Amino acid sequence: MSLPMTSETLSTSHWALGRLSWDTVPMAHEPIVLWTFIAVVLGGIVVMAGITKFRLWGTLWRDWICSIDHKKIGIMYMILGLVMLLRGFADAVMMRLQQAMAFGDNLGYLPPHHYDQIFTAHGVIMIFFVAMPLVTGLMNYLVPLQIGARDVSFPFLNNFSFWMTTAGAVLVMVSLFLGEFSTSGWLALSNLGAQSPSTGLDYYIWALQIAGVGTTLSGINLIVTIIKMRAPGMSLMKMPVFTWTALCTNALIVASFPVLTAALVLMSLDRYVGTNFFTNELGGNPMLYVNLIWIWGHPEVYILILPCFGIFSEVVATFCKKRLFGYTSMVYATVVITILSYLVWLHHFFTMGSGASVNTFFGITTMIISIPTGAKIFNWLFTMYKGRIRFELPMMWTVAFMITFAIGGMTGVLLAVPPADFVLHNSLFLIAHFHNVIIGGVLFGLFAGINYWYPKAFGYKLDRTWGLRSFWLWVVGFWVAFGPLYVLGLMGVTRRANHFEDQSLQIWFQIAAFGAFLIALGIACFLIQIVVSYLKREQLRDWTGDPWDARTLEWATSSPPPDYNFAFTPVVHEIDAWWDMKKHGYQRPHTGFAPIHMPANTGSGAVISALSLVFGFALIWHMWLLAGVSFAALLLAAIVHTFNYQRDFYIPASEVISTEEARTLQLARHV
Amino acid sequence: MSDIRLPAGAAAGALAQREYHLAHEPHPENGTALGFWLYLMSDCLIFAALFATYGVLGRSYAAGPTGAQLFDLPLVALNTAFLLLSSITFGFAMLEKQKQNVKTTLAWLAVTGVLGLCFLGLELYEFSHLIQQGAGPQRSAFLSAFFTLVGTHGLHVTFGLIWLVVLMVQIGKHGLIPANTRRLMCLSMFWHFLDVVWIGVFTFVYLMGVL
Amino acid sequence: MSAQHTHNAHGHDDHHGHHDDGPHSTFSGYMAGFVLSIILTAIPFWLVMAKVIADRNTAVLVLGGFAVIQILVHMVFFLHMNGKVEGGWTLLSTIFTVVFVAIAIAGTLWVMFHMNTNMMPEHPQATAAAQHGPGAAHNTAP
Repeated sequence: MSLPMTSETLSTSHWALGRLSWDTVPMAHEPIVLWTFIAVVLGGIVVMAGITKFRLWGTLWRDWICSIDHKKIGIMYMILGLVMLLRGFADAVMMRLQQAMAFGDNLGYLPPHHYDQIFTAHGVIMIFFVAMPLVTGLMNYLVPLQIGARDVSFPFLNNFSFWMTTAGAVLVMVSLFLGEFSTSGWLALSNLGAQSPSTGLDYYIWALQIAGVGTTLSGINLIVTIIKMRAPGMSLMKMPVFTWTALCTNALIVASFPVLTAALVLMSLDRYVGTNFFTNELGGNPMLYVNLIWIWGHPEVYILILPCFGIFSEVVATFCKKRLFGYTSMVYATVVITILSYLVWLHHFFTMGSGASVNTFFGITTMIISIPTGAKIFNWLFTMYKGRIRFELPMMWTVAFMITFAIGGMTGVLLAVPPADFVLHNSLFLIAHFHNVIIGGVLFGLFAGINYWYPKAFGYKLDRTWGLRSFWLWVVGFWVAFGPLYVLGLMGVTRRANHFEDQSLQIWFQIAAFGAFLIALGIACFLIQIVVSYLKREQLRDWTGDPWDARTLEWATSSPPPDYNFAFTPVVHEIDAWWDMKKHGYQRPHTGFAPIHMPANTGSGAVISALSLVFGFALIWHMWLLAGVSFAALLLAAIVHTFNYQRDFYIPASEVISTEEARTLQLARHV
Repeated sequence: MSDIRLPAGAAAGALAQREYHLAHEPHPENGTALGFWLYLMSDCLIFAALFATYGVLGRSYAAGPTGAQLFDLPLVALNTAFLLLSSITFGFAMLEKQKQNVKTTLAWLAVTGVLGLCFLGLELYEFSHLIQQGAGPQRSAFLSAFFTLVGTHGLHVTFGLIWLVVLMVQIGKHGLIPANTRRLMCLSMFWHFLDVVWIGVFTFVYLMGVL
Repeated sequence: MSAQHTHNAHGHDDHHGHHDDGPHSTFSGYMAGFVLSIILTAIPFWLVMAKVIADRNTAVLVLGGFAVIQILVHMVFFLHMNGKVEGGWTLLSTIFTVVFVAIAIAGTLWVMFHMNTNMMPEHPQATAAAQHGPGAAHNTAP
């Protein structure tokens, strides 16, 4: 490894500032960071000026930051995820550029120390602050609507979970300008314990710990919601498949995130207290960290993909105008995947040396877990067979997923064979594999979901033309970017390298860079799609609440739904409850509205999360006084919150009546 | 689930006459107890990871002191007694809560708190004694795992005691209203769960550590 | 799909209408649990402190057994665990958790034992006796 770009003088700790000092601000030495900082500051000023000019601070605080409405929280998660997607993708572009040019004498523009931070940040951001928030956001928005409920079981906790996740994201972003980020990869495998006294690993630890609290609580929240708050008549086997996948995903969250918490705690104890969990002497065992972190890590990827399987189930049924084939087997497949995902983790470190018997066991379990996934794909195909398929954008993303993900899954089964993995471990083949399944599975699923449910959330569809452009650029771009990586991996090229000697490899990297460029255009088209759709919203307006003629309960509400979701709680008789209602000619009631009991907004979640952010920052910089004070304040804020017993209010009947009447008028005028 | 009105203008024909909405406000069951139980399950998993770590590193003495040399079993037995007693006194508090008796509930909670403090005090004494002997968490992987596992349990007890005090104040202020009895229920589960974890600790760490 | 309310016909008059505070505790229930716990704690302590069982492996199994039984006692008598509370969901989630805990702990021990056997460097075996299990030949593959 080369010398760090920033100087870390950690000799004497300042009583208030810990190890924070001007030296730790990298902007002085690194132009890229400097210009990023300037851009961020300018952008921030513009946004704040805009909010001030339109007098939106009050609204922002009252209606969004303090909101415990699952719909608003869901939207905020999506915004967080998409913003962080831009940052994570910027990292990807930087890496592609570097790898396309750095051959032989050309060292490229990113020295190893910087490059290492970029690939680490890329991974951390994409998994924890893009994929997780997007998936969580969708689940948050949709599950209460799909089960006919007014909100989740613990609305305050929901708000708190979101702000904790955001606090984690903020810490990662701050690391860009103060100190440096971790250089140890997204799981911190290569840099354990007391090694590397720089702030990087500490940013990593605290960002993940804080966000992890949010995620675990969110998991508990959604499980209880699904168990307790389903509409009457909706037995478990009548729930929409997306809700089933949400249930299993959140069970996985609750069952796996604690292990991440524990592993990070042990690592931070090694760093802060000098314990010997993962050290090389005094009895420590670094392999234990690898083991623990992957016990979390494998369920994590299933946490990402299962909700997307749910999205595809909903989309396929809707756009083939057919009930999903094999509902029962879908449910069982999901549950089996959930349990099996806990039995495969060692396949991430076949090469660490556990020997033949252990490797064989985990190799077999890894291959077995592909079976229920295969069953799901067949069910989707059988649903499509003899259906009346409409190739709207969600359906297109789904078809792209089926092809892309199936290939990615197959490379996974290849890697599951330990002898093969011994050749391919940590090569670009592995990189191609997991991007194949994560982009092909998770990201394509999220785009399908976004295009599908956008009208429900915002009242107008997304523009189809720009959506198509984004789609094709993404799909083609993905294969152009990652196809070469499969080739390179099979040729033996290792991951995470910022420079190569063998000139013959360069062409592949250049092709990959071009693929990244196509994806960049795809993202640009997506952003344009959002803007254009907003500008054309009156033409794209959804008046009925059910623009796709869909099957599940969320489509029974207006677009967007009122705060209370349903004026009257639906009663469910069949799977695809809304389709059943339409078939029976159900008419919305026009009278009999009563006041509706709702949870009240609160600022406690944002406050406690902000204090957690300060606490994490203080610990990173060894500002012990601030750490102590902020922790005490955190505790105090939480206790004060529990003294608030007035956490609800009633929407008056008059308001319900006027909202429902407005909807009746709208439906009458536009059907 | 009676009391459902038929939708106005329901479609005619043999398919009709199905109720598709509730006329009254739904009363979903309160999810707090289940939610808290699920949180306890997640806590179980944190302890599982710590137990697994102790299982792997528990014999890595690094030529330093072993469990047999360090552990004071009579002291551990005393601590176990404190914790077990505090579980029963919490149980008595719950019985008084069922009778809606604020004063006696608070009294038993106070006793529980005192026993919890005794447990913590004894544990802190044990830790400081070990550290003084040079058997602190930095000495070896075994000791790191020991201090972390037992210390995490102690930290949970500490937070439990803080919660206990806060809840006592809230019960004193508002009485045994449903919100407070729900919270008591959760704290009760938490407290008993800590005793369950302690069974694991004294068995696998202390008793087996001495073998 | 609702949980059954657990309204036992037990002595005390239950307070309000439909709001259940969870499973009903009884004095006899707590005392039974308490006494059992005392016994199940005292015996293991005695077994170890009086060095009653000679063979280490047997002792480990016996102690483990006592721990499991006492944990069950706590679950049933103090935590009121049964298949009816919360519609059976607490029992289900407990079973899930136990399964995952077992996999995580057993898996970790199994994996790490093999790792250590294969990967740890040769060194003078001062504390070789401490390594449990048949960890005989150390063959390292650096």
